Amino acid sequence: MTKTVDAIVVGGGIHGCSTALHLCLAGLKPVLIEKDYAGRHASGVNAGGVRQLARNIPEIPLSIRSMVIWEKITELVDDDCSFESHGQVLVAENEDELAVCRARVAELNALGFTHEELIDAAELRRLVPAVADTCPGGVVSRRDGAANPAQTTTAFRRKAEQLGATVREGVAATNIRQSDGLWHVDVASESFAAPVLVNAAGAWAGKIAAALGEPVPVETVAPMLMITSRVPHFIDPVVILRGRKLSFKQFKNGTVLIGGGHLATPYQDRNETVLDWKRLAVSARTVFELFPVMRSATIVRAWAGIEAKMKDDLPVFGASSRHKGLYHQFGFSLHGFQLGPGAGAVMAELIVNGGTRTRVSDLGIDRFHPSTL
Amino acid sequence: MTTTPSRENYDFVVIGAGPAGLAAAATSAEAGLSTLLLDENIGPGGQVFRAIASTPVTAREQLGTDYWVGADLVQALRAGNTEVVQRATVWSLDRNLEIGVSIGGGSSFVKARRVILATGALERPFPIPGWTLPGVMTAGAAQTMLKSSALVPDGRTVIAGQGPLLWLLAAQILRLGGRIDRILDTTERGNYFAALPHAFAFLTSPYFAKGLALMREVRAKVQVVSGVAELAAVGDGQLASVSYVAGGKRETIPADLLLLHQGVVPNVNLAMAAGVEHRWNELQLCWSPVLDASGNSSIEGIAIAGDGAGIGGATAAVVRGRIAARAAVEALAPVAAAKLPPLATLRAELAKAERGRAFLDTLFRPSPQFRIPSGDTIVCRCEEVTAKDILDAVAIGATGPNQLKAYRRTGMGPCQGRLCGLTVTELMAQARAKSPQEIGYYRLRAPVKPITLAELAAVPKSEDDVKAVVRG
Repeated sequence: MTKTVDAIVVGGGIHGCSTALHLCLAGLKPVLIEKDYAGRHASGVNAGGVRQLARNIPEIPLSIRSMVIWEKITELVDDDCSFESHGQVLVAENEDELAVCRARVAELNALGFTHEELIDAAELRRLVPAVADTCPGGVVSRRDGAANPAQTTTAFRRKAEQLGATVREGVAATNIRQSDGLWHVDVASESFAAPVLVNAAGAWAGKIAAALGEPVPVETVAPMLMITSRVPHFIDPVVILRGRKLSFKQFKNGTVLIGGGHLATPYQDRNETVLDWKRLAVSARTVFELFPVMRSATIVRAWAGIEAKMKDDLPVFGASSRHKGLYHQFGFSLHGFQLGPGAGAVMAELIVNGGTRTRVSDLGIDRFHPSTL
Repeated sequence: MTTTPSRENYDFVVIGAGPAGLAAAATSAEAGLSTLLLDENIGPGGQVFRAIASTPVTAREQLGTDYWVGADLVQALRAGNTEVVQRATVWSLDRNLEIGVSIGGGSSFVKARRVILATGALERPFPIPGWTLPGVMTAGAAQTMLKSSALVPDGRTVIAGQGPLLWLLAAQILRLGGRIDRILDTTERGNYFAALPHAFAFLTSPYFAKGLALMREVRAKVQVVSGVAELAAVGDGQLASVSYVAGGKRETIPADLLLLHQGVVPNVNLAMAAGVEHRWNELQLCWSPVLDASGNSSIEGIAIAGDGAGIGGATAAVVRGRIAARAAVEALAPVAAAKLPPLATLRAELAKAERGRAFLDTLFRPSPQFRIPSGDTIVCRCEEVTAKDILDAVAIGATGPNQLKAYRRTGMGPCQGRLCGLTVTELMAQARAKSPQEIGYYRLRAPVKPITLAELAAVPKSEDDVKAVVRG
């Protein structure tokens, strides 16, 4: 028996869950299909950065839209998602890096974006007292912060279900096909049909797009993170470095999350990643140099989540260029978590209204002409 | 004995120098393969043969003749050319057989062609009300102090629980002049009947005579209360008394020390972090690695022997160590393997050593009320999460230990679930009316033992790193 619903969302990450939730808010009845469980991969195990800072210009409007939702996240999902807003700071370690920061902020200002603010050494020291004295300044995005990714993704999933979404976890969507104007998907012994299909399958989305005739230049990556034991409170904002691969966040309980994008080896078919400790050692050395207070902290866990990275580091977001009723929402390239709430809202607008006031036109799948692959 | 591994590559790396690890390392060294034995303690022996090369206890009968079997194993190992590194904490192992090991505050990596995990057992959690109070400790911890330092309790001491180790420890404490006020035996009465079908094998096994003698020895000196069905440690910031129910009657006795023990379970932390497939063992009520008859795991090149492969006891561990090592030698150097004892002989030895195990497993299968806590009893002591907290999370959608992390910090503290994992799985399984196998376990990851940031930062740069810097 095929169940007909209003939309089929494939992928229970923050994006799929957010889209399902916003479709429910628009009065639709979607089904959300997740092969593992919501938040099993990148959405549940990322660094939790809620960051507008240092984004690619084409995705800034989506990021700003998302930030508005983050600031009222409890109203949307009945859960605070452990969202805290102490800003995010990009640290320039020398004058050359500061010059790049200055140019960047000027470029954004010229485009009308004001969320990034150039700061001098004094303001940097005020925001991040523990930072090395030699750093001449940086950029701050004051409304940014961080949230608990597993808690957030789970909250979106739970709220979507409460609002009427059908959720299927632990079984993969298979046999995705279009016939008579409807999308059909098999989920174990069940079948669903809907006029709308959203491909939000993260690291698995590229295969779905390719199978539907829209291949894109995407690879599967697994950025690594480490968390330390509790250390005395010494830093509020999230810190990222301009010149080196490092991001850094201390939680309220004192534990410190160290990331920055060094990669593990993903084994996508096994849901497994093998960590590269020599790369993690590079992160450890950077923290060791910059934050002496961290030297005696112990590392209690290191991990990596599997996700999709596009060749141009921009997400694939919006309607298919080939099929009616097909929408893509994947390839967030290591920075999709903050975009989740906003992307779900915008995707629901695209599906329900056929358009949105948030500028996302540079993110479409049509930017990949076959000749660019 | 060396202080750091002398090379970066070995044919064979054995992790753990308990009965299985000692036997495995001796076997591979005998076959002429380059062998590295990494062990976290200050001397070889593991828990069963702890401090075998250094114990201050000299009167052999005090620790029992079984203990001294370990001395022969150590002798055999030292006769070969195995490289043995003590105080070596292996904190990472992956499917490429790359091993991260911390020695003397410095970490390095070695690569193996074959790895044998002999990480032994851990004590099963015993999450009764008050189990986190100072003054409550595990019997295993008490035994460690006894073997390595000849320290025995002298305050008012209660031992509660069940299983062979409980009786052995009680006997060892008494022989060394320690004090035990009462033993509270939590063995479920029904277990005696359930175990009956296995009784013949047990009666003809070496366990029987030894076990009986131990229990007689202890009962002659200490009051033993059987059929204890409820147990709580009571005190305000410090253990003051132990409260229990036996035969429908509640009693409270003052105590300074409560030693808890209800058996051991495989220490699966390193194997799970490496990605080895495990399954729930419904008889032993624990996770065990999925292994073939030679101890090979789901990951090519990793074999597991000893109690880490499923609880079998020290004698079986020695044989399983030899079997796993022999299979690995056969894969790397078939000619050398031919000189080792034939597999059939080893298998026969193993069958003999495992005789009586089913009886023990059935008899000492801990009762649900001592495995699955309720109410305000702490489950995860690192993050102070109670049984009720977990049940509340289940009620609003948490389906397993990993999903639970979206609701509570269970398993996210310093021990990463190594202490509470079994409790969380069984508690959630009961609450959701599923089997532990369906509920699953924490996804464990390295470092399996914490390392400091400074230590990781000091890891020698690889050649690739150096080249990358030179290229600028």
